[in-house]
Amino acid sequence: MTYPLLMIVLTVAVSAAFGVSLLTGPSDIGLAELMSSLGSAGADSTALILEEIRLPRAILGLAIGASLGLSGAALQGYLRNPLAEPGIIGISATAALGAVIAIYTGLSLAYPLALPILAIAGSVLAVLVLQLLVGPGGALSLILAGVALSSLAGALTSLALNLSPNPFAALEIIFWMLGSIADRSMDHVHLAVPFMAAGWVVLMTTARSLDVLSLGEETAGGLGVDLSRTRLLVVTGTAISVGAATAVSGVIGFVGLIVPHLLRPLVGHRPSRLLPASALGGALLLLLSDIGVRLLTPGTELKLGVLTALVGAPFFLSLILRHRSTYGL
Amino acid sequence: MKLEAANISVAVRGARLVNEASFGLGGGELVGLIGPNGAGKSTLLKAVVGVGPRAAGTVSLDSRPLHSYARLERARLLAYLPQERRVEWRLSSREVVMLGRYPHQRGFGPPSDASRQAVERALSLVEAEPIADREFRVLSGGEKARVLLARALAVEAPILLADEPTAGLDPYHQLHVMEILRGIADAGVAVLIVLHDLTLAGRFADRLILMNRSRIVDSGPAGQVLTDANLKHAYSVNALRRDEGSEQFVVPWRRL
Repeated sequence: MTYPLLMIVLTVAVSAAFGVSLLTGPSDIGLAELMSSLGSAGADSTALILEEIRLPRAILGLAIGASLGLSGAALQGYLRNPLAEPGIIGISATAALGAVIAIYTGLSLAYPLALPILAIAGSVLAVLVLQLLVGPGGALSLILAGVALSSLAGALTSLALNLSPNPFAALEIIFWMLGSIADRSMDHVHLAVPFMAAGWVVLMTTARSLDVLSLGEETAGGLGVDLSRTRLLVVTGTAISVGAATAVSGVIGFVGLIVPHLLRPLVGHRPSRLLPASALGGALLLLLSDIGVRLLTPGTELKLGVLTALVGAPFFLSLILRHRSTYGL
Repeated sequence: MKLEAANISVAVRGARLVNEASFGLGGGELVGLIGPNGAGKSTLLKAVVGVGPRAAGTVSLDSRPLHSYARLERARLLAYLPQERRVEWRLSSREVVMLGRYPHQRGFGPPSDASRQAVERALSLVEAEPIADREFRVLSGGEKARVLLARALAVEAPILLADEPTAGLDPYHQLHVMEILRGIADAGVAVLIVLHDLTLAGRFADRLILMNRSRIVDSGPAGQVLTDANLKHAYSVNALRRDEGSEQFVVPWRRL
């Protein structure tokens, strides 16, 4: 399949999944009703369900999936490691910590948007800490600093759970961390999507530098790639897009790892081509997973993050088994 | 184009890797940088390109300090071929060579016609057209060396610095690489290569620069640099030698 054809197929699939996501839920809304309701600004219950419940959910599914896929592809390209994903540099963990602090202190009860705002603040803080820790270092320093940051944020999250004033707060923290985009409002969309979109733009600017980094940091430096600027862009783009994504959804794993992995052979292995394809692929995977949780377990919905991990981990293991002979080359 | 390096020093954690090294390199010259392991040859090359550890001293191109050139402008003037032959991801040879056009390309569009032609020229120069569409990582060592040399040639820079371009190659491919480098030097490019093979160095280079213990200890035509005294001090070896008309043969013979 040629690259333009792949992009068209992915775009069509994402659009279709977006439509199906709008049609999926406990109240039966058909395609005809969807079409007529989209055209009118009516206040009947169908329009209300679509605009207040399903539309934010579908938009968030699309945007969060795109953020995870795109940043996964950018990180794998920058670190030249097919096992990299947004979690590896500590962005998800610090964003989650920000959210946990909002729940723990009760701020999120008084002011619901405090949770995503603190989560985004957490990821911004992560970028600053990473920049300070890594200094002029390269890919390896970034991984080490990210692992350290992840562990610290994880420990502080555990501390909050440990000291939680009541079991309800602890339960809320745990449920939030499982990852879900159910019951989100347009407020969440307005808060998070601009950040995610800004992150996409930042990540896309690194495309050609990532290609040249295939030759190693020394050759890339010799060819005029600004290595520290590229690192700053990859880290910042990941932080604002995945930070904003985590802020409204909790931690959703494996999308950023698997999507670039699956699409890499289809785009001819070039990091620059993988970026937009992975954004579309991530959006598709998350929309489908979110449709899946609604269909598989209506009522007591399975959390989205649980489903992506349940499906993702075995799938990833099978990929490793199938490709282990080629990793040496 | 003339490259001038003056008083280059590199120290990493207290260890002096390069000490006050100065040399010049002009268009049309093929210069060999020789010296025992650990003498500081690769570090000096990196310091000149500006990719290694922080270096003191000045590098200038046509009397203008290198750091005053914009990053991409510098990359267009100075091509660098490191010793490392690793390429991440399963790219084809042609894609690898095309990456050499990075400093010439702007924006996100497809490569320009000029870039495509430069890539084909470089591939044909190293006789790598038959393997251009093969995956780089499954090539043999000799094929990889040629494709990466083509990557550096595709920059079409007036100056080429190459770190052991013949390392790990069989005699046929060593000679092939040296002939290619000799050819581009004759076409006006300033070429500096790190070499361990003194026989090749003596035959192909216009001039040799000898490094030992982080300093440049001698430089000049092969006959003046590959003396018994220099070989003894720098390499602790003696050599068999023969003058074959215009060419000098030096074969390291015994450890001293």
